Amino acid sequence: MSIFLDKNSRVIVQGITGAEGSYHADRMVKYGTNLVGGVTPGKGGQTTPHGLPVFDTVKEAVEATGATHTCIFVPPPFAADALYEAYEAGITFAVCITEGVPVHDTLKVVGTTIGMRIIGPNCPGLISPGKALVGIMPGHIFKEGRVGVMSRSGTLTYEVVDLLTREGFGQSTCVGVGGDPIIGTTFVECLREFKNDPQTGALVLCGEIGGSDEEDAAAFIAEHLPEMPVVAFVGGRNAPPGKSLGHAGAIISGNFGTPQSKIAAFQAAGVPVADRPSDIPRLLAERLAVRA
Amino acid sequence: MNLMEYQGKELFKRAGIAVPRGEHAFTPDAVGTFIEENPGEWVVKAQVLMGGRGKAGKIKMASDAAQGRRVAEEILATPMPPNRQNPQGEPIKSLLVEEKLDIAKEAYCAVAIDRAARKPVFIVSRYGGMDIEEVSERHPESIEKFPVDTAIGYSPFIGRALAFAAQLDPGYRKQFPAIAGALYELFFRYGAKLVEINPLALTSDGRVIASDAKVELDDDALFKNPEFAQWHAVLPLDEDETLAAQAGVGIRNFRRFPGDVGTMANGAGLAMATMDAVSNAGGQIANFLDVGGGANAQRVRNCYELVVNNTGATVFFINIFGGITRGDEVARGVVEAMRETRSRKIPLVIRLTGTNEEEGRRILAQAGMTPVETMDEGASEAVRLAAEMRG
Repeated sequence: MSIFLDKNSRVIVQGITGAEGSYHADRMVKYGTNLVGGVTPGKGGQTTPHGLPVFDTVKEAVEATGATHTCIFVPPPFAADALYEAYEAGITFAVCITEGVPVHDTLKVVGTTIGMRIIGPNCPGLISPGKALVGIMPGHIFKEGRVGVMSRSGTLTYEVVDLLTREGFGQSTCVGVGGDPIIGTTFVECLREFKNDPQTGALVLCGEIGGSDEEDAAAFIAEHLPEMPVVAFVGGRNAPPGKSLGHAGAIISGNFGTPQSKIAAFQAAGVPVADRPSDIPRLLAERLAVRA
Repeated sequence: MNLMEYQGKELFKRAGIAVPRGEHAFTPDAVGTFIEENPGEWVVKAQVLMGGRGKAGKIKMASDAAQGRRVAEEILATPMPPNRQNPQGEPIKSLLVEEKLDIAKEAYCAVAIDRAARKPVFIVSRYGGMDIEEVSERHPESIEKFPVDTAIGYSPFIGRALAFAAQLDPGYRKQFPAIAGALYELFFRYGAKLVEINPLALTSDGRVIASDAKVELDDDALFKNPEFAQWHAVLPLDEDETLAAQAGVGIRNFRRFPGDVGTMANGAGLAMATMDAVSNAGGQIANFLDVGGGANAQRVRNCYELVVNNTGATVFFINIFGGITRGDEVARGVVEAMRETRSRKIPLVIRLTGTNEEEGRRILAQAGMTPVETMDEGASEAVRLAAEMRG
């Protein structure tokens, strides 16, 4: 098992003939993802260098291939449209890689596409190592195993996974939830899935300053996953107070959002917080030893 | 992008929210002429993004043209003084002349984005005219919130419910639902992250008027309203933001600090972790720099020059973990930067791994550079070199 994605998931790429779309489609195929086709309006009928069919619309792609998953590589002005098109075509799982999607577009999409799981936007996607990769993660640093990983950052996720793999901790699924203020899937929603995944036996959560996802995740762990070995990291302890943290945004989340608030929330939930990414494998080993 | 008060009020007017009668002016003469032609009691307000104008003496009353000229001169004579959030202060380039309102009550109304609920949220308080942070400390019970379902949008019952829950003065009640609706429309129409009326004034003759306007627009949505490019041009960028824009990275991707270890990483999360790593290794950070995703050789070169020419960096730690950013491109950028730049040369510590790392390392090796293996190793090496440079 794994969450959200396995080797049978039928995946299409929206924007498959663009520079980034075709480059990463190639990498997904090479990783073993069950990529069944792609969509670029106006290029229907063509085939990719792998012989995958290109369709004009998501609906045609779904009808012809039975796709359930999509990976979106379209420019920011068209991302919401791509997500709505996927939703209307019956796609149930969408990864939106695009960075710079207007926050109101995301607000409307997540508020209306009920029943479609969205990862991102502004995210590196996800990977169930040894099974499938949907997104832009560098597959070779991952290794199949039991640690579920979730992160708000792209490159920091790779950093952490690389360390885990080097220390022998393989991963069940790694989800880059995305760095935007509004995202389709939060840490808590990932935790709900990991909770029911028999492959996942430990968790690593990489948060950062801003928002309250880390505090919410800590509360969920305390209530629903008290037995699960979990290690957290909070990036940005030396960051200047972000401009976006100010004013009404800070009011909504009360005192949440600061590194101190997040670290305190994890500690209250019994989750050790690593001072640096390279401490994560050691802390995880300690947690697993305590449990054993 | 934060708007000036006069710009925010222009959007309020378009949305049908009443604002004080007034004129945007650039010179004391323009202020004087306006008051001459429109006799009465006027308020002259500095147009800046910083808060605290009243306390800084940058809002003054004028009863006639001569006084208008005089207070305008006084306001324009000196910039806004620095405060904790704005250590550089802010120059004052223009003024807003507005009718002096006879205010009976002041309330607060805003629409913002609730990250956790993933919805727009109304925030209303019967206490206005002070920072909402201060209201939340002194009268936390007075703050009422209402998250809006985007599939439904605004409906007047929301305004009515908020007016009752926040115990707004009865004088507000009839007009408030329409104002709240207009504010919500404006929020979506222009892609705002925050629209705030503080204070929302109730005048003694029963009018409800937006006495101030704070609007923060989503930079990612500016393409939907091309006119904002001109509005943006008059806004002050601080020095870091200006430098970032010149280097072709996002204005929030670069920030300077007093230390001597320059840093650059791809992705904000890794860039923050890189700064943390330098601190953990006992070093002082010279800057935060996120080179962005998919960075090409040209951008990397710009970033190198951005750091060596504008910070106190004596050593430069480049930390790249490639996903969408390809290691070979970064390596080419670094090599080109070092070959072609006329900027001063400082020691580089390069950590390069992830997508196309072998090719990237080969390019660096050919140019006589040796990448380090891990972030901690790179941070320690950079801190060691910086200490050496200090002698």
